Amino acid sequence: MFRVGQYVLFLGALFKNRESFRTYVNLVLDECIYIGINSIVLVGLVAVFMGAVSTLQTAYNLVNPLIPDSVIGLVVRDLTILELAPTITAIIFAGKVGSSIAGNLGTMRITEQIDALEVMGINPVSYLVLPKIIATLFMYPLLVILAGSLAISGGYLAAEYGGVLATADFFVGLKQEFNPFSVQFALIKSIVFAFLVASISAYMGFYTKGGALEVGQASTRAVTVSCISILLADFVLAQLLLV
Amino acid sequence: MIEIKNLYKSFDDKKVLQDINGTFMQGKTNLIIGASGSGKSVLLKNTVGLLKPDSGQILYNGRSFVDADRDTKTEIRREIGMLFQGGALFDSKNVEQNVKFPLDVLTKMPEDEKMDRVNFCLKRVSLENTNKRMPSEISGGMQKRVGIARAIVNNSKYLFCDEPNSGLDPQTSIQIDRLLQEITDEYQITTVIVTHDMNSVMEIGEYIIFICNSRKLWEGDNKDIIHSGVKELDDFVFANNMMRKFREVSF
Repeated sequence: MFRVGQYVLFLGALFKNRESFRTYVNLVLDECIYIGINSIVLVGLVAVFMGAVSTLQTAYNLVNPLIPDSVIGLVVRDLTILELAPTITAIIFAGKVGSSIAGNLGTMRITEQIDALEVMGINPVSYLVLPKIIATLFMYPLLVILAGSLAISGGYLAAEYGGVLATADFFVGLKQEFNPFSVQFALIKSIVFAFLVASISAYMGFYTKGGALEVGQASTRAVTVSCISILLADFVLAQLLLV
Repeated sequence: MIEIKNLYKSFDDKKVLQDINGTFMQGKTNLIIGASGSGKSVLLKNTVGLLKPDSGQILYNGRSFVDADRDTKTEIRREIGMLFQGGALFDSKNVEQNVKFPLDVLTKMPEDEKMDRVNFCLKRVSLENTNKRMPSEISGGMQKRVGIARAIVNNSKYLFCDEPNSGLDPQTSIQIDRLLQEITDEYQITTVIVTHDMNSVMEIGEYIIFICNSRKLWEGDNKDIIHSGVKELDDFVFANNMMRKFREVSF
């Protein structure tokens, strides 16, 4: 309970005693590059393979001759938009960006860089963490859109070159019974997951005590808690918005 | 001037500071000395606001710091410069950016004025032509000097140093000590240094507080310290052979 209370106070401190708007613009742009642009290759690679494997495995499981092949396209589309793109990408994102945020802030803490900011009269939570959260909230949904597009493209490549179904069937499936709310739901999830990853990782790093060992432990804890939070939030959002 | 009145601080049941009093004068190098674990760094952290005391007062030129509202605290903090034990330079910024940082964030100074001030401060700590080097590319002594430049760049009225000589060779230590004393005298700032380096004590200690087992046991200057008559202080001061021989010669 102490941790939960401390986390809430930490979030409250984000908006206290802020610096000038211009300061944040530069910091947010730097973080967008660091958090978003630098994650494109990893997210893209994972998405393509995720989509391709989904197509192959769905085709492997749908062997009933009464079920048309186009269903494979439909399943891959819904699976990608509803779950793979926002959630699995979030797990990967937590591993890459979450651990980096926690490690970065943890190192700043143990080398007294955070204390230095505090002594200067700068709110370190607002100065260091707020730009990371804003950048993540901005960049992660874009990464999810990219991941979704690439996963479906990966599915298409598997259909085309894997020989499991005709590409025409795949495209028919993609368009079948499409519900635009799926995309909205994926974006809502991506915003919630982005906030969870950035804020939890920053919290874990910010309150690191000790030395190099503890920085490593904080990074691990950040990834673990972020992943659990993502899965819990995934369930809660599905229950609230889909059922 | 900084006044500390009846300061108490404990962590859980462990009393770390008990009834600490002292006045750090402007234009003087004030030293807080004591053995490791005596509470001197905790005293410094309480004084700069990194820790909150359980009770007691800290006054910056008469302005209460402990009970101050957020704006007053920020105002006082922006008059403070601090040199941390490890330098605490920002890894991602080069020397110039580190020194310029307080000006970037805390002032609306035009860029050319900022650069003039940065170059002036770097020159003052004898670090010209190191502007573009990263903290990882310079020595420990240079990092300390960059830390000093960053601490004074904003025309700080109060300079705090946490063990400025730790990890430095004796010659560099003396250079840092002298630099701190010169800056204190030149800009008439109130400098408070936490140290357990006896060379620093003898070299620059104009007002010294000795902390032992969470209490202030003695205060005075570097001339009085060798005949304080306080056993714990004598044990601390004459812990090494050189100082013991010095005592034998002196008395």
